Amino acid sequence: MEIPKTFLGYKREDGRTGTRNHVIILPVDDISNACAEAVANNIKGTIALPHSYGRLQFGADLELHFRTMIGTGKNPNVAAVIVIGIEPKWTKRIVDAIATTGKPVEGFSIEGVGDIDTIARVSKKAQEFSIWASEKQREERPISDLWISVKCGESDTTSGLASNPTVGNLMDKLEPLGVHLCFGETSELTGAETVCEKRGKTPEAQEKFRKTWSSYNDFILKEATDDLSESQPTAGNIAGGLTTIEEKAFGNFQKIGGCKFIDVLEPAEEPTKGPGLYFMDTSSAAAECVTLQAAGGFNLHLFPTGQGNIIGNPIEPVVKLTANPLTARTMSEHIDVDVSKILSREMNLDEAGDELIKATIRVANGRLTCAEALGHREFVMTKLYRSA
Amino acid sequence: MAGTDIIIHDEKDNVGVVVIEKITPKQDCDCWIMENDKSVKIQSMDEIPLGHKIAMTDLNEGDTILKYGHDIGKVVKSIRKGEHVHVHNVKTKKW
Repeated sequence: MEIPKTFLGYKREDGRTGTRNHVIILPVDDISNACAEAVANNIKGTIALPHSYGRLQFGADLELHFRTMIGTGKNPNVAAVIVIGIEPKWTKRIVDAIATTGKPVEGFSIEGVGDIDTIARVSKKAQEFSIWASEKQREERPISDLWISVKCGESDTTSGLASNPTVGNLMDKLEPLGVHLCFGETSELTGAETVCEKRGKTPEAQEKFRKTWSSYNDFILKEATDDLSESQPTAGNIAGGLTTIEEKAFGNFQKIGGCKFIDVLEPAEEPTKGPGLYFMDTSSAAAECVTLQAAGGFNLHLFPTGQGNIIGNPIEPVVKLTANPLTARTMSEHIDVDVSKILSREMNLDEAGDELIKATIRVANGRLTCAEALGHREFVMTKLYRSA
Repeated sequence: MAGTDIIIHDEKDNVGVVVIEKITPKQDCDCWIMENDKSVKIQSMDEIPLGHKIAMTDLNEGDTILKYGHDIGKVVKSIRKGEHVHVHNVKTKKW
C-alpha cells in the first residue's frame, strides 16, 4: 500500500498540527472543577477537563502536575485554552507557559470573586474563543506532523499475537516517514526489560531506560504487600489467558515493531530529539498513561485491546483495535479496527498494518473514534506521592 | 489458511495459544508456528478457551515456560503435553 503523504489537520501558531480543534476549560485544581464545568455547559464548543488534584502538592509531584496541565494546553489538538484556578499564582504559571505556543489562552482565579461572577466573566471569554476556533479550517499537512502514542489495555494473548504486532507493523511503516511515536507502561515491561533496554538507539537511551525501569520496579517491590498478581496481570488479563507479567510484557512489547527508541521521556515530557520512537515513563493504567502522552504533545493514540478496554481522552482521539473475535462481536461499539482475521489467518500482519494506517489517517482527518462518539473523556492525573 | 486451532509464536516455545472459541478434550488440533510458518499437530487433554495456552510438551515442576522464544515464568505443578497451562500450574519469576 502506498502511504498517503499528507492528512487534513489544523495548523497551529507554533507550526505543529492538530487532529482536533478543541477549546478547553482547564481547572488548575480540584475545587475549580465546578466553575470549569459550568462554563463548558454555558458555552457550546468548549469542553471542561475536571480532575482530582492540584492542591498542596510539592516537589517532583507538583512539577508533574504543572507539566501535565501545561502540556495539555499546548497540545496542537487544542485551539484555545481557558485556565481557572482558586488563586492567581499557579494559574498564571500555566497560562504563561501555554502562551509560548502563540495560541489564545487566558487565566482566571476565583478567590475574592466567587464562582458565580467568575463563571460569568469566563463564559464571555470562552464564547469569544469558541467562535474564533469555529472558523479554523483543516488543511493539507505532511504525514510527519502526526505524533502517535500507543498503549494497550485489558490485554489478552490475542494482543501479543495480533493487535499489538499490528501497531508494530504501523510503526515500522510510519517511522521512516518522520512520524513521532511514543510507548510507555514502565511496570508492564517487567520480564522483557532487558530485551527492551537493548532497543535503545544509543547507549545513553539504554542507560536511561534501565534506570527508569529499575526505579519503578524498586518502588513496586517496596510498596507491594503480597504480590502483584491481582493487578499485574489483571483479572481481565487472566480471563483472557495471560498467566504472568513476563508474558504480558513480551506481548506489550510487540507494539513497537522493529523500531528503536531515541530517548526516554519523563511523564508528560515533550520530546525534543526530532522524529522517531520515544519511551515515556508512565503507569500502565490506561487513562493515566494516555493523559501523560497527550500532555507530551501526541495528537493521535492507538490502543490495542484484548478483553475490551473502553478508554478515551478529552483531547487526543483514541483509536481502538482488537484481534479478539469475541470482543469484536460483543463490544463492537468500542472497536474502531477489527483485526481478528489475523487469528483465523484470513489476514496477515502486513494487511492489518495497512488497515490500521488507513483508519489512523481517517481519524486524523476528523473521523470520530468510537470513544469520542461515546463521550469517553478520561483525564487522569498521575500522582507521584502524598500531598503536603 | 483457515483451520488453525493453535498459534505458536516461536519454534522454541513450549506452549501454544488457542485461537478458536475453545478446544475440547481429545481434539486433534492444527498448530501453526508463526516464526517459521511450519505446521504441527497436537491432541488436547483439556477443554481450553480462546486465548489460553496449551502445553506442547510434558513439563516438570521448575521448568521454564517459553513463549515469544523468551522466559515467561516457571512451572509450579507438572503439566502433561496437551494440558491447559495457566495460573494453576505456572507462576511469574518476578513478583
